[in-house]
Amino acid sequence: MAKIKGSIVVDVEKCKGCEVCMVSCPTGTIAMAKEVNGKGYFNAYPANPDLCIGCASCAIVCPDGVITVYKTKI
Amino acid sequence: MKEATGIKEIIKPENLAYARTEVMLNNTLSYCPGCGHGTTHRILAELIDELGLQSKTIGVSPVGCSVLMYHYLDVDIQQAAHGRAPAVATAIKRLLPDRFVFTYQGDGDLAAIGTSETIHACNRGENILIVFINNGIYGMTGGQMAPTTIPGMKSSTSPQGRDVHSMGNPLKMTDIVATLAGTYYVTRQSVHTPANVRKTKKALRKAIEYQKLNKGTCFVEIVSNCPSGWKMTPVDSNKWMEENMFPYYPLGDLKTPSEQAEK
Amino acid sequence: MERELRLMKGNEAVAEAAIRAGVDGYFGYPITPQSEILEYLMEANPYERTGMVVLQAESEVAAINMVYGGAGCGKKVMTSSSSPGISLKQEGISYIAGAELPCLIVNVARGGPGLGTIQPAQADYFQSVKGGGHGDYHLIVLAPASVQEMADFVELGFELAFKYRNPALILSDGAIGQMMEKVYLNPQKPRSSESPDWATTGKGSREDRNIITSLDLDPDGQEQFNHKLIEKYAEIEKNEVRYEEFHCDDAEYLLVAYGTSARVCQKSVQIAREHGIKLGLLRPVTLFPFPKKRIAEISSRVKGILSVEMSSGQMVEDVQLAVNGRVPVMHFGRMGGIVTTPDEVVEQVKILFLGGK
Repeated sequence: MAKIKGSIVVDVEKCKGCEVCMVSCPTGTIAMAKEVNGKGYFNAYPANPDLCIGCASCAIVCPDGVITVYKTKI
Repeated sequence: MKEATGIKEIIKPENLAYARTEVMLNNTLSYCPGCGHGTTHRILAELIDELGLQSKTIGVSPVGCSVLMYHYLDVDIQQAAHGRAPAVATAIKRLLPDRFVFTYQGDGDLAAIGTSETIHACNRGENILIVFINNGIYGMTGGQMAPTTIPGMKSSTSPQGRDVHSMGNPLKMTDIVATLAGTYYVTRQSVHTPANVRKTKKALRKAIEYQKLNKGTCFVEIVSNCPSGWKMTPVDSNKWMEENMFPYYPLGDLKTPSEQAEK
Repeated sequence: MERELRLMKGNEAVAEAAIRAGVDGYFGYPITPQSEILEYLMEANPYERTGMVVLQAESEVAAINMVYGGAGCGKKVMTSSSSPGISLKQEGISYIAGAELPCLIVNVARGGPGLGTIQPAQADYFQSVKGGGHGDYHLIVLAPASVQEMADFVELGFELAFKYRNPALILSDGAIGQMMEKVYLNPQKPRSSESPDWATTGKGSREDRNIITSLDLDPDGQEQFNHKLIEKYAEIEKNEVRYEEFHCDDAEYLLVAYGTSARVCQKSVQIAREHGIKLGLLRPVTLFPFPKKRIAEISSRVKGILSVEMSSGQMVEDVQLAVNGRVPVMHFGRMGGIVTTPDEVVEQVKILFLGGK
């Protein structure tokens, strides 16, 4: 059976580190960076990229719309 | 643009699953981290895009945190005096009946100073969409009590918690307008989880499409958080909202067209 | 095409003139002494004639905000009320001026302050000319003195409002609103199908969205905008002053009066001259811009000026500013809704300037 794999792109400087994407991610892909971005926020990033299934839950719940999602069948 | 990316091989145009709509301008939002305004703006922008309404939309922004909505949505927008958006929208829609007209208001705007305009626009059945962001607090001005603040909730003007004896009970505007014959579709949603975002998008899509029917006002309340005003982290505020706000403002449809057809 | 001659009340003339001027929308609320404007429009049902929207709003506040919405779409929209209702509209009027929107507001003034009386008064001069709402702005203020002018100033008001992108106000009073006179009405003009390029009508084929707002949180930007408004008002003062003179050429004493007071003063001038007093009348037609230059000119050849207003003295201050101390400037006026009589005015001239003779 084909597996879906995803990949997200986070606009680091626009992310405000609210963490809502992290708690919405069903696979545990997202974590918050250990260093702040230019605005002083700990931005989100795909810490475990292999777990991403491209469901876009993170992107649709993001208040600032900083996430773009790609997915493909493997 | 500095990016944090996942697996690079998957990032190709043909694999695009979700991207920001162009109707949402690429400006940094002035809203606090985790605030439901940004999410709701984006849902509206996506719908305006998907339904091909960008050239025909006129929005009315309020006084409150979302006064600057016109910096974020790429449609014609009028900024209205506090509470008066339904009156402004009334004139716009009556003078340009074939445009998609919506108001976007917070709880101070819609349920305090604008109570009269809200009720009368709905009572007349103006063919507009009213989007009501209810976070039970005055965000823009620094966290004062709102008519929708729940009992016991602390704010800068109810520092011991809302006392219903002297300050009244939470005012449930959505329930009130649902009783008016002039409203066509009345619903209450939220945008704090992906599932709720999808439900809200479905509800707003219906509300936008219903406007063409000229059957009355569509009223969509979004129960939302205010991490700054509530003095919580965004994730905690969403949990608090589920546990404390939803009992007063339960999600779901309060009035749907099919009910009225049966009457 | 011919103008139509009718016998009408001032209020009715405003309403009929609005329909014929191709006004797009009227939003009003009942208040004495101007409810006839809304009633006439509802009865006439101009939606059938021209597509003009007529709506009784839930309050004067709602009505002025409806005007804001319509004006933002580039439409010719108007509202009317009387003094207390005009007070309610002040925030909305400030927003309209701050967003540089054209519109017409009609004030059929009554006695105040507070709920006051339903009789005519001229105590809204300050409110109309010196602000009324918050912030640095001015209304273009037209003061009719007849039913004909009530009708004519609707088109003139909109012409000036759109020319300068600024709200215009017709400052009338309960007497003119209620009196019946013959009036020539213009033939029906069609409603405009074009929109100004700044209006919110939906992006259409425009590259950029239009935003109607009066907010600028950047202080430099807001100051620049205020300068822009000042320049606009300077243009208006240069180009749009209107007034009427009655026996001013050889006058030794001058009356300054507008509206109903001007009608009274016209008679006073006649009576005075029968008694050998060389009295003249300058009737400002625009209260903003005020005919200060002309009053200053005349003040250099008269011995005294009397501002006659149905108030405790509001326009007199602008007369004093224009005269700048050259000659004595006094005020006379009845209040409480009482209309001055021509004889009273002549008496005052004698008492104040001629040692009571």
